[in-house]
Amino acid sequence: MRIRLAIDIGGTFTDVVLDRGGERTSAKVLTTPSAPADAVLNGITGILEAAGLQPGDVDLILHGTTLATNAILERKGAVTALVTTEGFRDVLEIGYETRYDQYDLNIEKPKPLIPRRLRLTVPERIDVHGAVRLELDEVAVRALIAELDEAGVQSVAIGLLHSYANPDHEQRIAAIFAAERPALSLSLSSDVCPEIREYERLTTTAANAYVRPLMARYLGDLATRLEATGFHCPVLMMTSSGGLCTLKTAAELPIRLVESGPAGGAILAAGIAKDLDLARALSFDMGGTTAKICLLDGARPQMAREFEVDRSARHTKGSGLPLRIPVIEMVEIGAGGGSIARPNRMGGIQVGPDSAGSEPGPVAYGRGGTEPTVTDADVVLGRIPARGFAGGKLDLDRDAAAGALLQRIGNALGLDAVTAAVGTVEIVDETMANAARMHAAERGHATAERTLIAFGGAAPVHACRLAQKLGIGRLIVPLDAGVGSAVGFLQAPVSFERTHSLQMRLNALDVERVNALFAELRGEAVEVVAAGAPGVEPQEKRTAYMRYVGQGHEIPVDLPARALTPIDLDPLLASFEETYARLFRRFIPGADVEILSWGLSLTAPVRQSPTSTHEASTAREDVQPRTLQVVDLETSTAETVPVYDRQALRSGERIAGPALIAETHTTTHVLRGYTASLHPSGALLIEVR
Amino acid sequence: MPNDALADIRFQVMWNRLIAVVEEQAATLLRTAFSPIVRECGDLSAGVFDPQGRMLAQAVTGTPGHVNSMAAAVGHFLKAFPLDGMNEGDIFITNDPWMGTGHLNDFTLCTPCFHQGRIVALFACTSHLTDIGGVGVGPDGTDVHMEGLYIPLLKLADRGRMDLALLAMIRANTRQPVETEGDVYSLAACNDVGCTRLKEMLTEFGLDDLDAVGAFILERSEAAVRTAIAALPDDTWRYAMTVDGFDTPIELVATMRKAGGRIAVDYTGTSAQQAKGINVPATYTSAYTSFGLACALAPDVPNNAGSLGCYHVTAPLGSVLNAPYPAAVNARHIIGQMLPDMVFGCLHQVLPDRVPAEGASCLWNLTMRGRTDRAANAAHLFTITAVTNGGTGARPTKDGLSATAYPSGVKGTPVEINESVAPVLFWRKELRPDSGGSGRYRGGLGQSIEIESAIGADFELLAAFDRVRFPARGRAGGGDGAPGSVSLDDGTKLAAKGVQTIPAGRRLLIETPGGGGFGEPD
Repeated sequence: MRIRLAIDIGGTFTDVVLDRGGERTSAKVLTTPSAPADAVLNGITGILEAAGLQPGDVDLILHGTTLATNAILERKGAVTALVTTEGFRDVLEIGYETRYDQYDLNIEKPKPLIPRRLRLTVPERIDVHGAVRLELDEVAVRALIAELDEAGVQSVAIGLLHSYANPDHEQRIAAIFAAERPALSLSLSSDVCPEIREYERLTTTAANAYVRPLMARYLGDLATRLEATGFHCPVLMMTSSGGLCTLKTAAELPIRLVESGPAGGAILAAGIAKDLDLARALSFDMGGTTAKICLLDGARPQMAREFEVDRSARHTKGSGLPLRIPVIEMVEIGAGGGSIARPNRMGGIQVGPDSAGSEPGPVAYGRGGTEPTVTDADVVLGRIPARGFAGGKLDLDRDAAAGALLQRIGNALGLDAVTAAVGTVEIVDETMANAARMHAAERGHATAERTLIAFGGAAPVHACRLAQKLGIGRLIVPLDAGVGSAVGFLQAPVSFERTHSLQMRLNALDVERVNALFAELRGEAVEVVAAGAPGVEPQEKRTAYMRYVGQGHEIPVDLPARALTPIDLDPLLASFEETYARLFRRFIPGADVEILSWGLSLTAPVRQSPTSTHEASTAREDVQPRTLQVVDLETSTAETVPVYDRQALRSGERIAGPALIAETHTTTHVLRGYTASLHPSGALLIEVR
Repeated sequence: MPNDALADIRFQVMWNRLIAVVEEQAATLLRTAFSPIVRECGDLSAGVFDPQGRMLAQAVTGTPGHVNSMAAAVGHFLKAFPLDGMNEGDIFITNDPWMGTGHLNDFTLCTPCFHQGRIVALFACTSHLTDIGGVGVGPDGTDVHMEGLYIPLLKLADRGRMDLALLAMIRANTRQPVETEGDVYSLAACNDVGCTRLKEMLTEFGLDDLDAVGAFILERSEAAVRTAIAALPDDTWRYAMTVDGFDTPIELVATMRKAGGRIAVDYTGTSAQQAKGINVPATYTSAYTSFGLACALAPDVPNNAGSLGCYHVTAPLGSVLNAPYPAAVNARHIIGQMLPDMVFGCLHQVLPDRVPAEGASCLWNLTMRGRTDRAANAAHLFTITAVTNGGTGARPTKDGLSATAYPSGVKGTPVEINESVAPVLFWRKELRPDSGGSGRYRGGLGQSIEIESAIGADFELLAAFDRVRFPARGRAGGGDGAPGSVSLDDGTKLAAKGVQTIPAGRRLLIETPGGGGFGEPD
């Protein structure tokens, strides 16, 4: 029997899941920000003891962490310098030269991770073809060392113009620094992100450099302490792309770890999609501050090459730092249980994007919150039972929630508290539905005919209405949604992706050069994947990022996973045109096509345990469910609705909406017209009647 | 329970949906456009209109220059092609500067959207095409016909069939035929996407048309803006600003009158129309003036016929801000983008804590043209517009933004992308220290830029810059921003407007202007 541990360090809790051949137990311990390995060791030794196991029994540890993200958000990374091409000192600050809000005169732009005084330049210049236009001034490079010393720099990002086309100058700068100051942490843009577009490449490299000493320290500390505690198994790290990599890779490219928690959630959804054979799914993760939506096709999440971290303006697109890394593509909206509702100037209700968070939290929590939130609206509507919330730890104050809705919204707009609550819920659901629809449409997909997989504290409450708005007829609410990310880690493959810019016209494709590039990318990826999944033959995926000559956005087109030959060119053009037409309805006959970048990914599946089967009780006597008054969203009137206890549901039992299904950390609201039943996997299955 | 209240909530939901529909329309355009200034910079607009031609929603994605100029265009289409003659699959097109969005480079397309056999809405979109023939981008023309191909209000597609003769005419009249035709298709596709989504919305909400929700949107928006305006005292404010002009300075004079829930801005006293292409059609004057008012007074009210209808903008016919056909108007943005500063200059007198100091304001688009080794087309010619910016004016409580577009919403172009598209080599592009005006809050910084041919050839700069002679002024005691400058690395001063040759081996030096400061320095 294979014994595996999954650990997810979040901002508040560190979740630990122990998997014994598919049988799972979980624990939550408080995160210890000053020494995160403490919580990890605490959590795993506790869970092993409870299971009567020894550290030496564990075969594999899977780990994800928000430490890198938090270091960026809190600007607590290393003292980091940027070395760049003379004349381009401010690329990190100039950014896109745009405002993320057209009409707001008072916006603040994202603060670069590296301040101007630590942005240093050297004379050199490489052009778009990789040719040297100005030789690197090595004397100037050496002269920078005194500046680095004086500023106490621990980590250096080296990012020169067009280094993806020719990394020589970056490598020579790195060699000089490494020889003179071996302790400096060095991140080269030609390693971290060898792709065209200097702002994205340099920001990604700067972010990598910024978190690297911290992450290297943490991962080293963790490995040492695990070893000392008696763990001798491999440790694999969860990346933002939903794949696992070794500690060594994680320490070199820690920027790839930033979104590992949400990626775990998407992998969980992918596992469910696979188990239930769902060709097309949509995962919906709604927590306290944001909602995240991800499309899954063939049980695989959609992938992207860019992610924005540290959105300074309340989750507004464009207000953060762009990172060019392989990432599970999710749309994130400032819509969570804690999102604040208020009247707007048009006599309507505005929900979010700001949130009351967990402190003070919604008014109903009675912890000093005064502004009505989505959760308050849900409580007033009766669909979050006021008694016994959070496993009985908290009773919710429905009257206070109603009072806040009336005072802050109802009085201004001439609504009673219940109608204000209906409005709040309708607006937030519509906002999420619009984001999901836009997200799907931008990729040439539809939302209808997908199965919605809902997890996160607030998602099961809102999932049914969201599904209605998206034309979705089937929903899944999985078990263990509270530790969903860590459970997802258990299902993740070992994988690694490389993307490299090499601009070429399709009709003048230098096949040999492309094949040589792929050989290089494959070599890099094989090394990483073989270390994490020794002896497993990885699956290979090759992608060309293509566009019509003159366009600015590339679309990914699949390539055969082998060397290209000239006869592949016609099928590749056809494949591009087909993909383009799917995305944009028509292609442009006769226009020249080019490839800007080439990507390769290797994926080695980790041996899977079967999904845990839920032992449903069959011996239970029929008991009348208790009932609650719940407001119907269509009519805004209260009606008597049965409340079921999820743990007591029996397989085969069918529950017709309207109904509530309560569990420790959330409630599923089954709307009229939908029927819920228990799937053998333990998940709740909700279908339109 | 009050059914009106519930109905209101349903209308709000539909309003949000309609905005989502036009955002998707805009996103489609952004992703499929060929013209770099559209796809990399968002120089576009998209909106949905009721059958009477009233705009109900406009994508926030886009540029203020199209704010209500595109909206007016739909009215012109409806006059030329009445609704009852329109068929499903028809598409209408123009680039008429006075009917559309102010210069020939902007193509506006309008598509009727049929649902259950009748027209429920019109979708319109506009984007900026890189080259439309003529003397090219810049103020060098002396009448509109020198500025390129002039397409009146025409039918582009009849019942789904594109007019191939018109497309051939367009291809033959641009230096970039493939891209230009591609952009026409991209515009058509984005209207199609909007219509498809609208029909889905009508079906989901069980509606036959947009009449009721349209009335709700217009009424609520107008009321919100009127309330915002009514909070100001009834009064009149004046502001004047001198800008560089083509070769002689231009005086801009605004008189803002506020009465009740209405604001009127009139530009009487402004200089007369100019010989070169920096003239502004009235529709574009109205766009940027309304945008400035919206930013200052009601930034959270979406654009539509109701909200925009509260602002009344006029300028004397024959002035530079209302130049009639056949005036040259290609670089109309140079002065048009100064108009929010005029609005703020007036409003500062009544809202001293709300509006910023003057900024660089007009884009510093580096449009370059020459021979290329990149096989861009049979003629081996390139045209490229590298979008760059100066600094914005300091805010009453914050510094100005460095190297940031305002009022334009376009994005700057990456140096590496510019160099991959055209044979140019940037030797410098960084912030220009101390270029922001001093004050309690400092103006945003401009940039220093150096460019040379990458193939040792001459190339042309199509200059269209301002704030070189007259910098952005500070407010409330703040200092002026640094003026911009255009020169060669051998010290030769270049003109800020007009086509000039950058000789092989020489570097073009550009200093973009800083924004004005706000408040007395501490």
